[in-house]
Amino acid sequence: MAFHIPEDFYYTKDHEWAQVDENIVTVGVTEFAQDQLGEVVYVDLPEEGQKVTQNQTFGVVESVKAVSDLFAPVSGTVIEVNSALMDDPSKLNDDPNNEGWLVRIEMDSEKELASLMRAPEYKKLISEK
Amino acid sequence: MTNEQSKSQKTPLYNDHLALKARLVDFAGWVMPIQYEGLKEEHIWTRKHVGLFDVSHMGEIRVKGPKAAETLQWLTTNDVAVLENGQAQYSLLPNNQGGLVDDIFIYCLEKNSDYLVCVNASNKDKDFLWMIKNNKGADITDESSLWGQIAIQGPEALKLCDQIFAPVKVSEMPRNQIKISTFKKNQISYQIMIATTGYTGENGCEIFIQAAGASELWNALLNSPDIKAKPVGLGARDTLRTEMKYSLYGHEIDDATNPYEAGLGWAIKPAAKNFLNKEQILKAKELGLKRKLIGFKMLDRGIPRQAYELKTETGEKIGVVTSGTHSPTLDEPIGIAYVDSAFSTEASQFFVDIRGKLVKAHVVKTPFVKKD
Repeated sequence: MAFHIPEDFYYTKDHEWAQVDENIVTVGVTEFAQDQLGEVVYVDLPEEGQKVTQNQTFGVVESVKAVSDLFAPVSGTVIEVNSALMDDPSKLNDDPNNEGWLVRIEMDSEKELASLMRAPEYKKLISEK
Repeated sequence: MTNEQSKSQKTPLYNDHLALKARLVDFAGWVMPIQYEGLKEEHIWTRKHVGLFDVSHMGEIRVKGPKAAETLQWLTTNDVAVLENGQAQYSLLPNNQGGLVDDIFIYCLEKNSDYLVCVNASNKDKDFLWMIKNNKGADITDESSLWGQIAIQGPEALKLCDQIFAPVKVSEMPRNQIKISTFKKNQISYQIMIATTGYTGENGCEIFIQAAGASELWNALLNSPDIKAKPVGLGARDTLRTEMKYSLYGHEIDDATNPYEAGLGWAIKPAAKNFLNKEQILKAKELGLKRKLIGFKMLDRGIPRQAYELKTETGEKIGVVTSGTHSPTLDEPIGIAYVDSAFSTEASQFFVDIRGKLVKAHVVKTPFVKKD
């Protein structure tokens, strides 16, 4: 299956994407991740103002059959949460790269971006799955 | 396929699952389809129409000979003596520590002398050794490799079966029956046993078929001209049985479960017979059950999952979740749990510890989904 993997995003090995706009990072899960998850029925996200740490869990998404942790691509403070997802988690399946975004994080240090993957590397990772 | 999966056994329908682009997982030493087009779609299709399940991983143990009935009476909790030719019965294999080796279905092929015992895939070898060890003189053989097994479940299942298995009228067989027949395809006749049993709460049957014919039967069922059957994976099989509050070994019952606590007293007939470790199982009941298996729903947001703890408002542990999911039929979370008897009556409230957060829940009537 061909997944849309935007070139301008950063990626984690746990299949989150991060779109960077100066020091604000929008976070979501990749199309590959949503395909693996199946239909998402529940999303648990942090509250605004909460601190998150790179590579640590900041929430969960649940399908009918499984609970999956969400891992923060960068450290920082949550400044916005996609509360529409709580009411309608199907947006995460329908449009994971846009409407299905999870949180916006004000990042502490852009140096952390160096440890994330870019699109070609991430495409290689999922092609090996 | 990963190397890990390649070590696992393949059912006779393995190539059919590949052709259907199933997502395959390792389950109890078998490569099994967890889903095809999607768990929810498969679940709903089974409730509304008809689903096909490859359950060839289940074990089949044959118990034969003049001592067959006597041996099964000793090994199991339900009363084998009431089974006439062609009748089936849910039963339990008690261990010698008050718990259960497995839960099983016994099919009477010839009263007193020939029974088929269908067991869980994950327990098959353990069950077989246990039965041999405690044998009372029967001829016990593991026939698991001889049989493929396909479950056909849903409101349109019996109509489909009448088509495929004509002249046998499966729709006229009462529940919990078994009939020996044949399935013919391309001039080849395969031996089958049609059992009106299942694990979804729907009408339907489970077909045991000579392994060589399983793929032919699967495709005949999928390609009916007027009834659209869809393949259903283990994912939906689990949510379907959870909606009915059917026990699954490793979840609701295990080697330490008292079957009365699990609500399985209806499958224990102590007045009718003696059986292995009867005294210990009965004693636990006589002393009063400390915990009970109940169904519950959430009053606040969250999905319960196996092993989550049930607590009081002050955080005192009063139970544990055995199965939990988001019910595709009801579109809301449901759970099955053991809870202290004091909290087991309908509408009793408690909290589920979901990742450290206490989320309110209450006991509800089961099955969660009512079937006629």
